[in-house]
Amino acid sequence: MSGGELKMTETWLVLGGSSAIARSFARAAAGDGADLLLAGRDRDDLDLSAADLRIRTQRRVEVVDFDALDFDSHAGTIRRAKEFAGDGTLNIFLAFGFMPLQEEINASRDLARRVVDINYTAVVSLLQEAAPIFEAQKRGAVVVVGSVAGDRGRPKNYVYGSAKAAVAAFMQGYRGRMFRAGVTVTTVKPGIIDTAMTWGLPGVKGGASPDIVAKDSLAAAKKGREVIYTPWPWRYIMAIVKAIPERVFKRLDF
Amino acid sequence: MRWKQLDLAGWGRVAPVPMPTARPERQAELDGALRAPGALIARGAGRSYGDCAVLTGGSAVLNERLDRIVSFNAATGEVVTEAGVTFADLAAVFLPRGFMAPASPGTAFATIGGAIAADVHGKNHDRHGSFGDHVRWFDLLTADGQTRRVSPFSDPELFAATIGGMGLTGIIRRACFTLLPAASQYVRVHERRVRDLEGFLAAFAEVRRTATFSVGWIDAMGRGFDFARGIMETAEFAENLGTPKPRRPRPVPFTLPTFALNPLTVRLFNEFYYGRVPRSGRERERPFVEFLYPLDSLLDWYRIYGKPGFYQFQCVLPDAEAPKGLQRLLEEITAAQGASFLAVLKTLGGPGRGHLSFPISGYTLALDFPRRSGTEDLLARLERITLDHGGRIYLAKDQTLSRAGFRAMYPRASDFEAVLARVDPQGRFASDQSRRLGILPQDLRA
Ligand SMILES: Cc1cc2nc3c(=O)[nH]c(=O)nc-3n(C[C@H](O)[C@H](O)[C@H](O)COP(=O)(O)OP(=O)(O)OC[C@H]3O[C@@H](n4cnc5c(N)ncnc54)[C@H](O)[C@@H]3O)c2cc1C
Repeated sequence: MSGGELKMTETWLVLGGSSAIARSFARAAAGDGADLLLAGRDRDDLDLSAADLRIRTQRRVEVVDFDALDFDSHAGTIRRAKEFAGDGTLNIFLAFGFMPLQEEINASRDLARRVVDINYTAVVSLLQEAAPIFEAQKRGAVVVVGSVAGDRGRPKNYVYGSAKAAVAAFMQGYRGRMFRAGVTVTTVKPGIIDTAMTWGLPGVKGGASPDIVAKDSLAAAKKGREVIYTPWPWRYIMAIVKAIPERVFKRLDF
Repeated sequence: MRWKQLDLAGWGRVAPVPMPTARPERQAELDGALRAPGALIARGAGRSYGDCAVLTGGSAVLNERLDRIVSFNAATGEVVTEAGVTFADLAAVFLPRGFMAPASPGTAFATIGGAIAADVHGKNHDRHGSFGDHVRWFDLLTADGQTRRVSPFSDPELFAATIGGMGLTGIIRRACFTLLPAASQYVRVHERRVRDLEGFLAAFAEVRRTATFSVGWIDAMGRGFDFARGIMETAEFAENLGTPKPRRPRPVPFTLPTFALNPLTVRLFNEFYYGRVPRSGRERERPFVEFLYPLDSLLDWYRIYGKPGFYQFQCVLPDAEAPKGLQRLLEEITAAQGASFLAVLKTLGGPGRGHLSFPISGYTLALDFPRRSGTEDLLARLERITLDHGGRIYLAKDQTLSRAGFRAMYPRASDFEAVLARVDPQGRFASDQSRRLGILPQDLRA
């Protein structure tokens, strides 16, 4: 977010605004002085969050209907965000995601496709749509919430994981393209976070607070970091997980 | 909605109960709460001490993620929030704008849902009443799956049943209540030593008319010459218009072994607490939140009491009976030498609006007892004394009250049960406390 000489208003388009991580991020960003456009499917919920953010931070906060699977609407969402940002800087925080249990996916071809469409195809569609706007704007930050599940495919979560891996690769190229325009692109890889997505999943005890992910994400965006793990120990956990030879890994049960 | 198996307990950590637990993040998810396996109970921050927010064989619905402030009118102080908003949220957002929660429990972690369900009181009860007195309406998810907006005008009986109703009428989704003006984020706190019970009664008789906030701390271990000695604290808003630095709370890192807390260590602590206030008294300016929520600087402090957990006893005695009743209670408590820290003595101004609201005009005494052999017997004796003096025990703290005691202390229990018969005839909402006390929809009682 290397702005010009003037201090510009930062505006974040938060995609998937009802998710716990997005909500924490919105509070952190608004608390830091940014305006917000919350995008998601549950309009009533987003209206509550927008009201809350306005009262807590007295920032400008609005809501826009958004469905990741409605690809035709993506261009309109991005345009709306640019309008909302006005002369300020548009930034994107992309936090929507869909993670059914692997057994459910194994039982339904349709579900496998939905997982890929939401977690990968929609990300590509939106960010490609936004690319020219960022290139014209010549500043700003794009932050996408990926997952450590994309670092290594596991039998328990490989369709979701592969979509997140694809996002990570997409982000590498996108980062290079945006670099030339002065826009930073950050992939955030949360570990196990205590949200509705992981609540009550077999084998998941607790998880880190979404506030930690939010804080780390905002700090990473400000510094223009490329890839972060959050909370930080996951960087080392995943380094170990990635180092295990495939021959061994396929036998492991996790 | 996914249900996660959790071991839930009250703040006293006596006997955790394994429960399937949902934690909706959106109001729409909360609609699914009634699909819970078995009976269910709402839960806020789990800052009630006993068994009112657990249910053996039932499910829990946590409201902590429904934490949004929905509207605020700076002209009237009227605010609408989701049930999971905490007193810490209110203080952080509204104190800088000159507003405070109308009644604050001693911990800012408590939620608005919990504050309504227990009709909580603060150190300003004489002047401002309890939380329920400031509630205008709430949205309640009832056993039939409907959500109703309940006000004293739309449904006075359901309103009165839910204020102080310990979650038994349904799940409060959001509420509208009025904040009160707060002239500063600082208060001037006046502290002085009080020698004995007579001293306390005389001091309160005066300050409950003159002071905005007042609270007494009694050395619950003091015997003989030290019997019922303590510190009287009063506070008024300061002139200071600055903003205090936020506190950095520290956690109690692990559960202490039970021997750490013994009559000797506790006596030393109480001695220190008494001695730190000079004989001539003192006046200090303190951040308002530190005055309201002194224990919040120590996170997870229940761990001090070790693995067996602890009970909190809190009763209120009507004004006329208070001198004799408090004397009897304190005699019983100090004779037990049960390693209790300070007992809190406050005055309450008058009755709450709920059928099961705790407050009545009188004196309220609260203190912790580490759970040891004999503690339950002591609590039974304290219940007896409370009853003999026309008092009642606070349900938000209780884990041991008897059925007969409950009926005698809460004469409007049958009005309450008549409402349950209308809104929850099958008894979908229940807690270990309601089962223990035999609180049931009237039809199920028959
Ligand atoms: C250190 C400390 C100091 C305290 N000081 C005081 C004090 O000074 N004055 C005072 O009055 N109390 C005091 N309390 C008690 C506390 O304020 C009450 O127990 C309060 O109810 C706790 O709120 P909670 O959000 O933690 O609710 P919980 O403990 O989770 O639940 C308490 C009750 O509220 C019900 N409930 C919670 N949320 C909802 C909802 N959304 N809808 C319907 N029912 C709901 C539950 O079913 C349960 O019956 C203190 C507690 C502590 C730990």
